[in-house]
Amino acid sequence: MNASIEKTVFTFGRWKTSLNVQDFVIKNSTSYLGDASFLTGPSVKTTKLWDICKETLLKERANNGCLAIDVETISSINAFKPGYINKENEVIVGLQTDQLLKRAMKPFGGIKLVESAVKERGLQVSDRVIDIFKYAKNHNEKVFDAYDKEIREYRSKHILTGLPDNYARGRIIGDFRRVALYGVNQLIEFKKEDYNKVSGSMTEHKVRLREEISSQISALKDMLQMAEAYGFDISLPAENAREAVQWVYFAYLAAVKEQDGAAMSLGNVSSFLDIYIERDLAEGLITESEAQELVDQFVMKLRMVRHLRPGAYDEIFGGDPTWVTECIGGMFNNGKTKVTKTSFRFLQTLYNLGASPEPNLTVLWSEKLPEGFKKFCAQVSIDTSSIQYENDDLMRTERGSDDYGIACCVSHQEIGKSIQHFGARANLPKALLIALNGGKEERGGALIMNDIPKITDEVLDYNVVSNVFKRTLKELARVYAKSMYIIHYMHDKYYYERAQMALIDSDPHIDIAYGAAGISIIADSLSAIKYAKVRPIRNEKGLTVDFKIEGDYPKFGNDDDRVDEIAKEITSFFIKELRKHETYKNATPTLSLLTITSNVMYGTNTGATPDGRKDGESFAPGANPMHGRDCSGAIASLNSVAKLEYKDAQDGISNTFSMIPQSLGDTRQEQVSNLVGVLSGYFKQMAHHLNVNVLNRETLQDAYEHPEKHPQLTIRVSGYAVNFTRLSRAHQLEVIARTFHEAM
Amino acid sequence: MNKQSSDIELLKLNIFNPDQLKIHSLETFGTHDGPGIRMVVFVQGCQFKCLYCQNPDSIDVKGGTFIKIEELVQKAVRQKNYFGAAGGVTVSGGEPLLQRNKLIHFFKLLHEQGINTCLDTNGRLNNHEAQELFDHTDILLLDVKHINDDIHRKLTGLTNKNTLEVAAYRESTGKTMWLRYVLVPEWTDQPEYLEEWANYFSNYKTVERVEIIPFHQLGAHKWEGLNRPYLLKDALPPTTESKAAAFKIFSKYFKNVVLK
Repeated sequence: MNASIEKTVFTFGRWKTSLNVQDFVIKNSTSYLGDASFLTGPSVKTTKLWDICKETLLKERANNGCLAIDVETISSINAFKPGYINKENEVIVGLQTDQLLKRAMKPFGGIKLVESAVKERGLQVSDRVIDIFKYAKNHNEKVFDAYDKEIREYRSKHILTGLPDNYARGRIIGDFRRVALYGVNQLIEFKKEDYNKVSGSMTEHKVRLREEISSQISALKDMLQMAEAYGFDISLPAENAREAVQWVYFAYLAAVKEQDGAAMSLGNVSSFLDIYIERDLAEGLITESEAQELVDQFVMKLRMVRHLRPGAYDEIFGGDPTWVTECIGGMFNNGKTKVTKTSFRFLQTLYNLGASPEPNLTVLWSEKLPEGFKKFCAQVSIDTSSIQYENDDLMRTERGSDDYGIACCVSHQEIGKSIQHFGARANLPKALLIALNGGKEERGGALIMNDIPKITDEVLDYNVVSNVFKRTLKELARVYAKSMYIIHYMHDKYYYERAQMALIDSDPHIDIAYGAAGISIIADSLSAIKYAKVRPIRNEKGLTVDFKIEGDYPKFGNDDDRVDEIAKEITSFFIKELRKHETYKNATPTLSLLTITSNVMYGTNTGATPDGRKDGESFAPGANPMHGRDCSGAIASLNSVAKLEYKDAQDGISNTFSMIPQSLGDTRQEQVSNLVGVLSGYFKQMAHHLNVNVLNRETLQDAYEHPEKHPQLTIRVSGYAVNFTRLSRAHQLEVIARTFHEAM
Repeated sequence: MNKQSSDIELLKLNIFNPDQLKIHSLETFGTHDGPGIRMVVFVQGCQFKCLYCQNPDSIDVKGGTFIKIEELVQKAVRQKNYFGAAGGVTVSGGEPLLQRNKLIHFFKLLHEQGINTCLDTNGRLNNHEAQELFDHTDILLLDVKHINDDIHRKLTGLTNKNTLEVAAYRESTGKTMWLRYVLVPEWTDQPEYLEEWANYFSNYKTVERVEIIPFHQLGAHKWEGLNRPYLLKDALPPTTESKAAAFKIFSKYFKNVVLK
């Protein structure tokens, strides 16, 4: 190990002799059990910088949400010369391009999509780049080379949707801490060792692994060069807090210069950085205000990350999200808390810089978290609606690791040890309608699935429908698995994430993250068929176009086992079907109940369902009950979602919860402690995820009508937060229509 | 309804269907009636006829629906994880004391499950049964609507004597009590009576908290369709100054005053 690590006073451990960041963090981090009173406001430099950012953000909004695009350059780690917001006030430096908020082209995901995104802004991709892609191959094009008729059909009929075949898959989290802890030179050495271990006679796997490791090493070398252009030498470990933050940011910056994956998440860097900050504070090298300044400016940079997206992308991922998801808090398996003062400092950025959707701050909730931290989180939620919560006790137990991050919204990933292949989602209500139409799609009548028996009953029978539905789910799983295999094969081949993968163990464990939308519609539909009388209304072609429901039926979201069990059963059935199929690189299938903002688009593309949902009406987001049907109070609604089993949906179960402030209690103190009560109660039942919004519907309505008055209004949607005014009008109305728990 | 038949109705409410409570509604996420997160059971039926009542639809003893006490206990158990150390179940109304017999049973069952109990009452009764119920109540939320008996009668139709006796009984048991006071302009905001009210209880050791509840018109629509006129139809909520004044007076006598 090199000399500069020796200079520091960190506690010795396995991390010194092998690559093991978790060991370093657990041995050297200082748990903080106190309250938020030590925190400081923004520094003068921070305020100056943020004012420039705010001004530039206004210009971006005025220019239809995109400030500028470089149409000449293919983005890569060193494609752009250094960019600054305002050099003299920046303590942390680095931008994706040479100008704040300027977007870059990353055409290896798909040149056609870059072309249309650029064209939509009234610009043109340069001839040089177009010419290059006459020869260079790209992910999007090659996926379609391998797609068959069936996959294309499922795609165009919105049964499989939002697939990462026309945008980059993202979701892979590099262990960005490694650059600060070991320095790039040492990381190259580790990778070279890995390369040398790939020996013996060649297999396809081994050749590919060697190619991957080589491209990772080239990315590490590029990172050195990028840092050098900004005047830093990151070949060696960071020696103080400022360097640690800067090194980590450079590592992340390399990733977002090369890749524009849907979610480019950060992992869990806050408690790692705290080690350096606490040491510098203890040695009198920095003050608390300077410590906060480092965090504020790091977070400010993360807020300014941008990708170039075509308009159609907004349907599935509304509000221009980047998912710089950072996990805060949680526990180590040995009982020590991961909460440090820097956990607080990250949350404090929501006061110092105002509310914001990015970075996607995700609190890992454990019953054992320090009380002072629980209260501060609740307070920040009440004030900003900017944070989400995920169950650390559940994930540690079920997934086995205590050093993990969240990719995107709800997807667990052991940092540096495993990755996931993103699989978007399948439209379950569509599969139900295909079951009710003898294999045909409900809108146009195209035959989608063969050998599905025709249901001709005047009144639908639960057992009949349930059995046929399971046959369509089986078919859906088969086609879904096939498409995922192709997508990830091609993504690796043509748009490999060398910068992130350089910071992950060679040949890591992989999850293939399938997804399902519309679980509450399925539960309610089957419940209606079982407990009420549902008569299909068929048109002249014999297609079921609507339903007549006689009588009432139990609805998901009211803590009623009769319907909640149906949601559980179907989730379990679907993942079991998905597990039956072969996966690219032997990935382990997981499932999410998450929609992002695509619940609106799913609704638009799905006919009327047997629960009484009208043709075109939005789905509920994630695993949420349908809007307005959870009418037995907030706790009953939470209890229903909490029943869904994490083991069946290990890629996450998203629940978005909105309350008006007064419903939490009379005084601020009571509101804080009652929100802690809600979170504790929900997660004690081994529920997975909760987005918390504390706002009045009137505020949203006002922002809908007067966006200029609410430039920073942030709300949680489905696993992430958005700036409300950056959502489309349709998405805004859907958010306003959601159930607000407001009983007083 | 003449007095005799109304008394019989009241008696029935307490004794008939011993395993079922007659309720107006349920709230699973109550944060305004007692500490922490609570399941709030609003029972049906009340003898007070408060001019400013916000739940007039819960007054009629003949209204409401029956729900099995066992089912209520099960519901509370399903919510126990959310209650934490402070929360639990509150019975409000209507007037819970009208079903005191059943509530003794209900509260005993809740205590067996380790669930905290609150009773939100006007203190209309102080007989042996009522006292037994108070003894099974962890926190008594006692609404003392006015300290002057004449005004109390005008306001509610009945005397405040019983309510004050309930307060005295609670104090004698040493168990926790929260006092609640609805602030209604012109009816209950007279400074001299606020002083008298606060002074009356100032030596009580069991009073942990005093709540001032400003009158509001959110329940006004519930009067429509009822046979009684809503006399406070045009009344305004108390002004900020008036609320501050009441708060200041109460704070002279009590450490923990909350203006809701």
